[in-house]
Amino acid sequence: MQAPDRYATRAVLVHWLTALLVLSALPLGFYMSGLPLSPTKLQLISYHKWLGVTVLLLFLPRLLFRLTRPVPSPVESAPLWQRKVATITHGLLYALMFAVPLSGWLMSSAKGFPVVYLGVLPLPDLVGKDQALGDFFKAAHEALTFGLLTLVGLHVAAALKHHVIDRDETLVRMVPVLKRSN
Amino acid sequence: MKLSRLLATVLVATALPTSIGMLHAAEPAGVFDQVQAAKNRIDFVFTQMGVPVNGRFGKAKVDLVFDAATPTKSTVKLDLDLGSIDAGSSDANQEVVGKPWFDLKNFPSATFVSSAVKPLGGNRYEMTGKLSIKGKTRDVTTPITVTQKGNTAVFDGGFTLKRLEFAIGDGSWSDTSVVADEVKVSFHVEADRRAAGK
Repeated sequence: MQAPDRYATRAVLVHWLTALLVLSALPLGFYMSGLPLSPTKLQLISYHKWLGVTVLLLFLPRLLFRLTRPVPSPVESAPLWQRKVATITHGLLYALMFAVPLSGWLMSSAKGFPVVYLGVLPLPDLVGKDQALGDFFKAAHEALTFGLLTLVGLHVAAALKHHVIDRDETLVRMVPVLKRSN
Repeated sequence: MKLSRLLATVLVATALPTSIGMLHAAEPAGVFDQVQAAKNRIDFVFTQMGVPVNGRFGKAKVDLVFDAATPTKSTVKLDLDLGSIDAGSSDANQEVVGKPWFDLKNFPSATFVSSAVKPLGGNRYEMTGKLSIKGKTRDVTTPITVTQKGNTAVFDGGFTLKRLEFAIGDGSWSDTSVVADEVKVSFHVEADRRAAGK
């Protein structure tokens, strides 16, 4: 399989859609967890869950697409260690994209709150109500989220470094409008 | 011919005691008023953002008289300790004691006093009574199924309550798109038969 020089349109769209969902769910999660109980808090928690479930729904088709289609190889000017770090970061981002919303769903089930997607579609409870388990999944959800936040930061910093400092094509492959006129 | 008669005899002989037993179970005899407080259950399901959340009350005093001979003369008096609520999470448990919800300081308990019982056929009845919560009294009607287990009569039923009729969750919480108005309440009470001669 010949590696293409840019990402497929579908891959670009799903990347940015996931980015939008994750970057909405993260600050929403941090903000709402500090609020005292109120109708607004209950609304925000629901929106947060719906965003997370949407990320989960996108995950499987996204993973299949990623594994079955060729993707551009890292730019050749990048040193080998950077390419290795990029591969590891991408792998972990995929893992956390799945693990963070899943741990949230598990936490919700264990705390006795079923997830009802968009307020209309009840999802099955993954575990029964159990306070200790609920606290465990809460801690897991928070730790995994912290990991995701760190990796997203690294991912964004690396993309900007490639574009602004190295001035290579790495970011352009995911943001075609940034293509420099030669 | 002989065989079929034998078969019929066997059938009748085995069926008869069974049907007597069933008759006995379907129509409990005697007066049941010894409420087994430890077995009382009062559960409820409320809906927040479309999500059903289970809760329960841990402590209730139930006075009940069910006379199997005249079931329509049965009476129930309930005194519910609202402080024994479990609304599904520690956050909610702290919230519901406050003024917008149950205002526990001023209204520590809810009461129900039955006023009428209507037979619905079989072991099913419909009970009407006055439910008082947070200083507001409304008529409520609930179906009740009575089943007998030995010397115990078991009462199960449930009805839908509109929380805003009792100002449960007023102010900003009265938005029913966040917490629905309808709350499903279900109950389970067991009472032993009163000893003869009492």
